[in-house]
Amino acid sequence: MAHEDQPEQHYNDAANVTNPEHASHHIVSPAQYAVVFATLLACTALTVFAADINLGVFNPIIALAIASFKGVIVILFFMHVKYQSKLIKVTVGAGFFMFLVLVTMTLSDYISRAWGLW
Amino acid sequence: MSAPSPTILNLPDQSTAQLPRRNFINAEHGLLSWLFTSDHKRIAILYLISITFFFFIGGAFAGLIRLELLTPQPDLVSSDTYNKFFTMHGIIMIFLFLVPSVPATLGNFLIPMMIGARDLAFPKINLLSWYLYVIGGTLTLTALVLGGVDTGWTFTAPLSTHYLNTHVITTASAIFVAGFSSIFTGLNFIVTIHRMRCPGMTWFRMPLFVWAHYAASILMVLGTPVVAIALVLVILERLVGIGVFDPTKGGDPLLFQHLFWFYSHPAVYIMILPGMGVISEVVSTFSRKRIFGYTAVAFSSVAIALFGFFVWEHHMFIMGVSNYSALIFSLLTMLVAVPSAIKIFNWCFTLQQGSITFETPMLYAFGFMGLFTIGGLTGVFLGSLGMDIQLTETYFIVAHFHFVMVGGMLMAFLAGVHFWWPKMTGRMYPESLSKLAAVVTFIGFILTFMPQFVLGYLGMPRRYHAYPPEFQVLNVLSTAGATILGIGYLMPMIYLAWSLKYGAIAGDNPWQATGLEWQTQSPPLTENFIEIPIMDHEAYDYDWLEHKTADEVTHVG
Amino acid sequence: MDSAIATTQAEHGIAEQQHEHVSVPQHRHHFATPEQQREAGSFGMWLFLLTEIMFFGGLFFAYLLFRNWYYDAFVTASNQLSVPLGAANTAILITSGFFMALAVWAAEVRKQTLLVLFLILTTLLGFAFLGIKADEYHEKYEKHHIPGASFDTSQFINPAAYGLSEKPLAPDAAQKTQLFFFLYFAMTGMHALHMVLGLGILFWLMIRAQRGDFSSGYVAPIENFGLYWHFVDIVWIFLFPLLYLINRHPLAH
Repeated sequence: MAHEDQPEQHYNDAANVTNPEHASHHIVSPAQYAVVFATLLACTALTVFAADINLGVFNPIIALAIASFKGVIVILFFMHVKYQSKLIKVTVGAGFFMFLVLVTMTLSDYISRAWGLW
Repeated sequence: MSAPSPTILNLPDQSTAQLPRRNFINAEHGLLSWLFTSDHKRIAILYLISITFFFFIGGAFAGLIRLELLTPQPDLVSSDTYNKFFTMHGIIMIFLFLVPSVPATLGNFLIPMMIGARDLAFPKINLLSWYLYVIGGTLTLTALVLGGVDTGWTFTAPLSTHYLNTHVITTASAIFVAGFSSIFTGLNFIVTIHRMRCPGMTWFRMPLFVWAHYAASILMVLGTPVVAIALVLVILERLVGIGVFDPTKGGDPLLFQHLFWFYSHPAVYIMILPGMGVISEVVSTFSRKRIFGYTAVAFSSVAIALFGFFVWEHHMFIMGVSNYSALIFSLLTMLVAVPSAIKIFNWCFTLQQGSITFETPMLYAFGFMGLFTIGGLTGVFLGSLGMDIQLTETYFIVAHFHFVMVGGMLMAFLAGVHFWWPKMTGRMYPESLSKLAAVVTFIGFILTFMPQFVLGYLGMPRRYHAYPPEFQVLNVLSTAGATILGIGYLMPMIYLAWSLKYGAIAGDNPWQATGLEWQTQSPPLTENFIEIPIMDHEAYDYDWLEHKTADEVTHVG
Repeated sequence: MDSAIATTQAEHGIAEQQHEHVSVPQHRHHFATPEQQREAGSFGMWLFLLTEIMFFGGLFFAYLLFRNWYYDAFVTASNQLSVPLGAANTAILITSGFFMALAVWAAEVRKQTLLVLFLILTTLLGFAFLGIKADEYHEKYEKHHIPGASFDTSQFINPAAYGLSEKPLAPDAAQKTQLFFFLYFAMTGMHALHMVLGLGILFWLMIRAQRGDFSSGYVAPIENFGLYWHFVDIVWIFLFPLLYLINRHPLAH
């Protein structure tokens, strides 16, 4: 059985499994974490204050927007997704996509059941 | 060698052949070495034994159902007992047999070998999967022994939550646990396929069996948790009376159905996709030809997985959903049939101009292609709103899903078991008996379920144990077929067990197949490969195989 | 000569020559390199978190549906919850997540004492969160707002008699507050269950960290647990406004 000559990249790793996308294990610094932490606390305060103001139909929209923003920065920084491979990013996206499919397609039934009563 | 042989079976010389001295079966001894194993192949065998056990229990319930339906009068058992029969039959067959059938047995055994890996990504989680399956199965048997459950496998609220005093909570818990078994298997497969392929094994060099399992695994991971929460809510509704499914408290019973079917429709694709993977392997091997349109078949698996998430409401057309959403889902249901049809066409084009032989796996594969096509087409009928209103909750539905699940999936499972039996055990089964069993199964199946299409169309409702006398002839035909089908399923049990001790020694590659699993010994080593292979050819490359075997020594002396 | 399936040299040897990777004793041998193992572990944990998203997703949908069907009842019921306690819990959990992120950093830079300290702080704050939740649940118990046979709607039918400045609800609408409280207990209860499991795992991680298991480059368990803990945090980040802040404007409309 012939042994391959070792090429520049370590052995014929066409599937790139042994060092996925040559991820360099970026280490997020405590200072970055602190900035994210402060932002999260500020957004919490913001959402509490916004709840006391009457903005009509925008109240839930703003509340969800702030919550989504907080969730996104937790995912990107605390959970390191900003520095991870594309596979991880697509996986996270797929999860939220499926959640949205569950909500919107089920909603399509409830919204259209009795127009005007929703 | 005179005329071309009618079989591609190529066994080693039996007078000198021996099982390999060191293999995964004799690597360690003792029951505990099996119960605490982390070897994916041993776990696959554990699963094979467990699902066979549950298959026969589920089959027994099928026999009881058909026995009752021999006569129009409800004369064998009471209504409640009959309800328990079909409920237990459905739950056991779907959750404890079909869902784990190919993935947990053949998938577990073969996927690492097919991609050139030593094991799955998380071997201990694989073992945990099996234990969760066993716990789920034990809880189901507990519910059975305590008196059974009669909600139908669909647990429809408010029947399951408010109107029954049977063991709903036990059974719902059982399915919850078994669901996690499925989730962990799927999770393991996805990570393994993404991250553990051997050097040179690109996505498009993998066997289509692996693609099919990848797609099914995505469905397992994303769909199963939703049925889990649906069951939790049913349990809470029964325990506490929370009101989510109770109209008198403001709840909506349809909410349960939305959450339940959000999983249970993808579940049917979880069941069938691995079977389609098996058929790809079998059709290629027994036509000696690369699968026609490899890329299309690979992408169609993923397309089935994706579209499969968008169609669940077609199980609820008559339940009170809005007409507008019903229209949307009906349209989407038409779309989901397309990728399945693509596969059938590609298999047919593979057969064309191939060098076809009719060993047992191929017989099952032909059965699959015909019966799944019929089942799938009737699914399209049911997807169209107008037809569904007439046909739903009748025997047409029962016939439809048995054609795809039994005529399709179960045949594919048997094809796979027969195809890879020599690899898993090192032994060959008796070919004439197995061919006979395949034919008996096919005949029995048609006789059992074809009359049910007619019954459904004529209006016989499902889940009833009494029916108008004019339907009796068709029911008797169906029961007769069921008896034949039962014999057809018992036969493999017997001869496969027989082959473990007395079967011919199979050798590495009795079918002369491509695929990395066929280039190692049978049964394989615990570590699968002595050295990790490098994949330097395309999938289904029969020329490469010819070059390889040309240099091989097959006879000593 | 035609290569059949070509074979490689021992993967470890080559990988060590060409990578500057850390050779850790926890390297499992079905993986070719520790990087592969680490990435696979992380990917596996994310897939598990996807199942959690879908699991909670069903509850979030039920919430969406019933909030829209019974808005007034949900508003009145939601105003029974204490915003200061809820906001405090949110801040506590965010801080706990901050310390968990720092713990991952400490493991990556191999500072064992800091790692143990941050894990302890994460755990303490987790317990603080559960303590406040227990207090809130107890209050609901005393007011007979736990769904079931003992549920009492009198506070919603006649809020003025209890000193509340809420719009009174008709009796059948008041019954719908039970759905709100069910979702409150189900969602925060499911969340709390995940936290309890997380705290259990934290204890185990603290013991191992103290033993030095994570101070020589093997960070995967800390990293992957961090993912789990942050996910639990994100669920609460959504639960807080949805359950506590539906309509807190003064009773003007």
